[in-house]
Parts: sequence; C-alpha cells; structure tokens
Amino acid sequence: MSSWPNDRGIYLQLQRLADFITKTRQELAILRPGEVKQEFILKAADELDAITEGTASATHRIMDAADVLMEVAGSLEKDKAAKVTDAVMSIYEACTFQDITGQRVTKVVSMLKVIEERIDSMVIAMGDMEPDAAIETEARKAIDAAHQAAGESASTLHGPALPGQGTSQSDIDRILAGEGT
Amino acid sequence: MSVDMKMPVLIVDDYATMLRIVKNLLKQIGFENVDEATDGGAALHMMKLKKYGLVISDWNMQPVTGIEFLRNVRADADLKGTPFIMVTAESKTDNVIEARNAGVSNYIVKPFSSEILKGKIESVLGKI
Repeated sequence: MSSWPNDRGIYLQLQRLADFITKTRQELAILRPGEVKQEFILKAADELDAITEGTASATHRIMDAADVLMEVAGSLEKDKAAKVTDAVMSIYEACTFQDITGQRVTKVVSMLKVIEERIDSMVIAMGDMEPDAAIETEARKAIDAAHQAAGESASTLHGPALPGQGTSQSDIDRILAGEGT
Repeated sequence: MSVDMKMPVLIVDDYATMLRIVKNLLKQIGFENVDEATDGGAALHMMKLKKYGLVISDWNMQPVTGIEFLRNVRADADLKGTPFIMVTAESKTDNVIEARNAGVSNYIVKPFSSEILKGKIESVLGKI
C-alpha cells in the first residue's frame, strides 16, 4: 500500500515544480519572443507582401508582351496566326498563377498572425512577477481581436486547396447537375 | 438560338491580373463588350445602370464577396435572371453547394483554361 507523502515530500515536489517553472521561463526568455514578433514575423509578412507585388508586376509584363504577340498574330498567315494565338492563350491561362499565389500568401499571412497572437500570450504568461496591468490589458485586447478576426475569416472560405485536396471540376459539375450531396 | 457576342459581359475580381486575363480570354472567345468591377458592391451598382447578358465573378473579394453579390442579384426582381458564373479558387464541396443553393449558373475552379471557360459559358448561354 502506498503511503501519502509527508510534509517534506510535498515540499520537495513543490520545490522541483518551482525550479522547473523558473527554468522554463528562463528558456523562454532566451527565445526573446518580443524580438521574434517585432523582427521576424513582421519582416516575414513584408516579404510575403513583396512576393505578391513582385508576381503581380511580372505577370503584367508577361501579359503586355503577350498582347504585343496577339497584335503581331493579326498580320501573319492564317496557320501561323493560329499557332501564335494558341500560344498566347496558354500564356494568359498560365498567368492565373499570380492570383492563386496571392491567395496562398494571404493564407500564410493569416497563419503568421496566429503565431503572433500565441507569442503575445507567451509574453504575458512569462512576464514579470507583477506585470504592468495596462500592458497586459492592451495585449489581451489584441489577442481577442486576432481571435475574432481569425474566426470570421475561417468561417466559410478556405482559399486555394493543395494538390489532391478540394473538389475537382468534374465533381463540381456533378454537384451542380444535382447528382451529388 | 445563337449567342449574341455583342452582349455586355460583367467580370468581377479584386485582382487586376485576373480581370485582365478573363477579359483577354473572353475577347479571344469573341466577346468584345466586357466591363470590369473589383467587388460585389460596385458590380451590383453597375448592373442596376446597365443590363448585362452574363456575369463572371470571383468569390473571395472585399467588402462585398462574390456569394453575397450573387445573393443580391438573385434577390433583385430586375436582375435575378442574369446568368452568373462563379470563377474561384474555392473548391471545397461546401462552397460549391453554397453557391448552387444561392442560384449560381455555373462554377469554375481556378486555375482554368480558355476551353473550360468557353465550355461553361456555352452550358449557360448556348453554343457559341
């Protein structure tokens, strides 16, 4: 039969727990969550915005060039014009990548916001023994707002599906034809 | 009955690139009279000023989304009969069903080809 620990046993367990919490706080402090939030996450969001802008700019240049080819096609023999037109159409179709890329980047930025929110929570949890009440209140408001925003945006839309996920065009056609669900 | 290729077509997307792509593809198919809007609110306003024979709209836009725009169109006595094709990256079954229930005429998943676009337009308007 196991015996209930005596006072000294309880004290030792509590001491170990306190040591563990102190060590964890020190390790978290080393990670400098404030710096991660201010430097890396903000920079990552900026980089992602730059990807969107860069791909948009490049796409417009590609399409400008395609428009020129379409004009040239009008002055060619029928067979050659048809070939050039088909090629230009392929270029236009391929340019839809920019829209998809933009939406994927938006999803990643949303994920970064969730990480930022978690970091806020961690900063509050590991703060000084007597944290500044005003700062804590402000941080909590920001977290609540982020929660609310994440909940709203996640309500119905999922963004572009990864390969193999989502619903295929043929399945969509069946649903619209009333054959499924 | 053949499709009137001179009919006004309204395309709605918040990405300038997509508007340009769809406009070019429509031009290649034969539609010359194409107007553009960048969200559902602006598009609905345009529809009240001009009669469109076809609307091709994205879903994910702000402040008025494509699905809200579709519901507004279907709720308007003067506009509810307008053919409406949703072109979107949203490919979850729930989204497709939601669009179907809202009265969408057809649904195209991005990325798409000009052949798919033409096929869906033909399924809504008839042979081009």
